[in-house]
Amino acid sequence: MTFIKDLEERIETVKQGGKTKYHEANAEKGKLFVRKRLELLFDDNLDIEDAFFANCMAGDLPSDGVVTGIGKINGQNVCVMANDSTVKAGSWGKRTVEKILRIQETALKLEIPIIYLVDSAGARITDQIEMFPGRRGAGRIFHNQIKLSGRVPQICLLFGPSAAGGAYIPAFCDIVVMVEGNASMYLGSPRMAEKVIGEKVSLEEMGGARMHCTVSGVGDVLVKTEEEAIDYARKYMSYFPANFRNQPPVHEPKSVKASEKTIVDIVPENQNAAFNMFDLIDQIIDEDSFCEIKKEFAKELVTGLARIDGHSVGIIANQPRVKGGVLFTDSADKAAKFIQLCDAFNIPLLFLTDVPGFMIGTKVEREGIIRHGAKMLSSMSEATVPKISVIVRKAYGAGLYAMAGPAFEPDCVLAFPNAQIAVMGPEAAVNAVHANKIAQLPEEERSAFIKEKQDAYKEEIDIYRLASEMVVDDIIHPNQLRNELIKRYEVYADKSLPFTERKHGVYPV
Amino acid sequence: MEKLVASMAGNVWKIVKHEGDSVGAGEDVVILESMKMEIPISAETDGVIKELKVAEGDFVNEGDEIAVIE
Repeated sequence: MTFIKDLEERIETVKQGGKTKYHEANAEKGKLFVRKRLELLFDDNLDIEDAFFANCMAGDLPSDGVVTGIGKINGQNVCVMANDSTVKAGSWGKRTVEKILRIQETALKLEIPIIYLVDSAGARITDQIEMFPGRRGAGRIFHNQIKLSGRVPQICLLFGPSAAGGAYIPAFCDIVVMVEGNASMYLGSPRMAEKVIGEKVSLEEMGGARMHCTVSGVGDVLVKTEEEAIDYARKYMSYFPANFRNQPPVHEPKSVKASEKTIVDIVPENQNAAFNMFDLIDQIIDEDSFCEIKKEFAKELVTGLARIDGHSVGIIANQPRVKGGVLFTDSADKAAKFIQLCDAFNIPLLFLTDVPGFMIGTKVEREGIIRHGAKMLSSMSEATVPKISVIVRKAYGAGLYAMAGPAFEPDCVLAFPNAQIAVMGPEAAVNAVHANKIAQLPEEERSAFIKEKQDAYKEEIDIYRLASEMVVDDIIHPNQLRNELIKRYEVYADKSLPFTERKHGVYPV
Repeated sequence: MEKLVASMAGNVWKIVKHEGDSVGAGEDVVILESMKMEIPISAETDGVIKELKVAEGDFVNEGDEIAVIE
């Protein structure tokens, strides 16, 4: 039967993607063919593919440069859109855009996650009237993404360029994983920048993966290879439910990473000395369960998903090892998005607080640290998932507020026995209150006076006094923290608390 | 060659490594004091301190050069 043979031949042709030379060029850059990427991403490849024959009459545009379909990741159905850069550099024509819109609309109907494997030069300018301005034009992709946001997880794996309008696909995803050396995002290419504004700059410098994951913060996770990006996506998905209506999957509990040091050994008594917050995190979470987000960006604050006794939890922790754990514009921004992500998908929050406050000085005021800090406070405040704040060492000033302090309806605030909660630390406070007096004193009497005032101040902010005033809900033995968290998260899991009635807030952005 | 810069504004509180000393990646070179906190500035690569550009007590701004490691 010739029509069967014809069908088989056509399938085979389309499956091959673009011309051999483009496959070779990609392979040289360490880029995998789109169908190979999908094979690695899913438990057992794509189960369903639609519009496989899109634009097949054109002859040289197999699937119109994009594969869309559904497959399983960790047993969960997930929609996918994957550019084929062997077909006209993965550029978007009319049918490419329509395919993307349809798979998004499927994700919306089925309420299942969607992953975007992006590797595209952007719009086909020759097709612009059909794919750019109209109701079913490319703008609709972003409109759909915004509608999907918070309903289902949206993940972007960036394997190549994401240019001009296309750069908004990553921007609207929950998380963007970028492959160093190949992935890039930019509104105007270096060639365009030179023509239009006279700037000479390389692609790496202007929109490369490293720049976006360390400086701009548009990228979240920097990886070396495509395989690593795919592994990360599969791991990341394991913390999430399919949509906002469901609870995150529960995994087999594991014990903490073996260590000779307990939490008591890890946290220095001296409030000002640095320590590595990751050592503490390791002692409360299930071994190997940490999935860090924005590892290379604003390192003074650690954000990541983890599991405690098999249950997903989102950790926001000050990192005293970097910039003293002080909050900056970028760290506040980083926290705000992470908190929204966890709250959207019912992942409880854990704040590990050791913060001297928000940074002060001209530089940060000019950057708008007040409005960036307000973003963090507003996301944290609105989060209705179980929310626990642990005062590890210090919580000074607005730092206390940003880290889910008592006023922001955390389910509880737990403190370690040497914790300090205050408007500011003893050194700064004594200086603020007694500066004139100190200046008048003879040199030899100063240090004794300062010490006396500091001791009095420390007594005033003593943690037992704050427990007595019921500012903190409990003071716990640091080595008991994990057990305490397991018990409390179990209890708070049934919490139901709508934040407030309104259309939506007017957010500080 | 790696240029080590201040991660934030502050005073140089302690010089840990001096010119000619070898350092490993992640090892502290200088400790700043800012916002009442000790802020370690550590090497990103293995090498030798070729040049130290600050002294204890100096004020540094974010991005100021602290040392050159070779």
